[in-house]
Amino acid sequence: MNWVTKMFSSSLGQKFIMALTGLFLCTFLVIHMIGNLQLFKSDFGLAFNTYAVFMTTFPLIKVVSYLLYASVLFHAFKGFMLVAKNRKARPVKYAVQDGAANSHWTSRSMGLLGTIILLFIVVHMKNFWYEYKFGHEIGYTAYIQDIHKDTLVSQAMEPSYTQVKKIEEVNYSNESGQYHVTIVKDLYKEVAVEFKEWWLVALYVLCMFAVAFHLYHGFQSAFQTFGINHSKFNGLINFIGIWFFSVIIPASFAAMPLFFFFK
Amino acid sequence: MEKNLNLSLKVWRQKNAKDKGQFETYKVNDISTDMSFLEMFDVLNERLIVEGKEPIAFDHDCREGICGMCSMFINGRPHGPKQGITTCQLHMRSFNDGDTIVVEPWRASPFPVIKDLVVDRTAFDRIISAGGFISINTGNAQDANALPIPKDDADESFAAASCIGCGACVAACKNASAMLFVSAKVSQFALLPQGQPERKQRVMEMVAQMDSEGFGSCTNTGACSAECPKEISLTHIARMNRDYISAELSSAK
Repeated sequence: MNWVTKMFSSSLGQKFIMALTGLFLCTFLVIHMIGNLQLFKSDFGLAFNTYAVFMTTFPLIKVVSYLLYASVLFHAFKGFMLVAKNRKARPVKYAVQDGAANSHWTSRSMGLLGTIILLFIVVHMKNFWYEYKFGHEIGYTAYIQDIHKDTLVSQAMEPSYTQVKKIEEVNYSNESGQYHVTIVKDLYKEVAVEFKEWWLVALYVLCMFAVAFHLYHGFQSAFQTFGINHSKFNGLINFIGIWFFSVIIPASFAAMPLFFFFK
Repeated sequence: MEKNLNLSLKVWRQKNAKDKGQFETYKVNDISTDMSFLEMFDVLNERLIVEGKEPIAFDHDCREGICGMCSMFINGRPHGPKQGITTCQLHMRSFNDGDTIVVEPWRASPFPVIKDLVVDRTAFDRIISAGGFISINTGNAQDANALPIPKDDADESFAAASCIGCGACVAACKNASAMLFVSAKVSQFALLPQGQPERKQRVMEMVAQMDSEGFGSCTNTGACSAECPKEISLTHIARMNRDYISAELSSAK
């Protein structure tokens, strides 16, 4: 057997890939969260919509996004395979097993939490990614900035309006002043409309708990799988894993649907 | 002196590897709190023999916590409710009068039940045979200080070597993974100069054997270390992880 195949088909090698793809998905979450913070700006979504165009057109981001889709699928697929293999290692279950006595429940529920997250990703991509790329629901909005007075108005375009490029920008001036006009696909409005549904908001918030608990164990576990378990670094790894990845990130994401629901 | 205990035992009985097996309940009375868990089983077995019934088969040997023979999954935990001990070191003062205690064998496909509470742990022996040794074929033992070894390394190697191969790590793990056992046996040599010549080959072959025995993979739950009678650290698993990947990447084979 080829040594690469051998390495990655061993139990340690498979865990290594799980850790590698898992941490890559963590870095994605950081970018996704920071980018989406623009939803909180009071600019009728100009910054967010411009950002959405950049994220779907910039070549490097496009390449990374395909790597990302592959990582999600691989992490999920490999995870299911490992769960199946691990179950096979104990064909007769214990009548009584006190897992709480020796381990944290999140570490024993990674498969379940991961499944919830996978289903969430499907719903989430249908809601926004699919609608943005292939749907016909999302219209265009024109943003008119007054360059001198520094004011901004937004004007939804007719539903039938369409343009070749995802974003069009023009400058024009008349007797009342100088203006910068941006016409862009209004994903922000789609977000605002979707998150008026209470059940969708509830679903998103609950799924962020799944993300929080998955990363509570997953982030530090990935370092252990890489062989990084050292008294000099464990404190930092646990701190980042718990406070950043299982508190700040999911809380920020959960704040977005809540913000639009109560807005 | 504490009051003696009256207990109910729900014990797994299985005639042989092919038998389906089932729980049977036994009442044991007047059990001294100074008895070990195994001595309580001895009392029960004496009674079963007198009654003309088949005594309960269970593994034991040294009865002082160093041989690794005693197993028993007691009330959902290997070696029972206490930490850092084997079943022979578990005393009946850890239980209360009137308790029902559920006793099961280790459950893992590489540890098939031989009879009742006895499981076949030769899978561990095969992992050791695959690489858990150093090949020194001749001569006397060297002078103790001929090879300089830092005290910290010697201590950590010794901590790994304190593994008695009881299998509690496999029993406790939700995946029935043998990572703690194998990593202890890899680490005890990886930390010492004598282990270096075969370091890469050892970890690769022991991991390959571990996988072929059908143990599960590691989810880093830490249950193994928490239940280990010798309190072997998870740092050994981390060492084996990095040794394995670097060995695969850098070895000639």
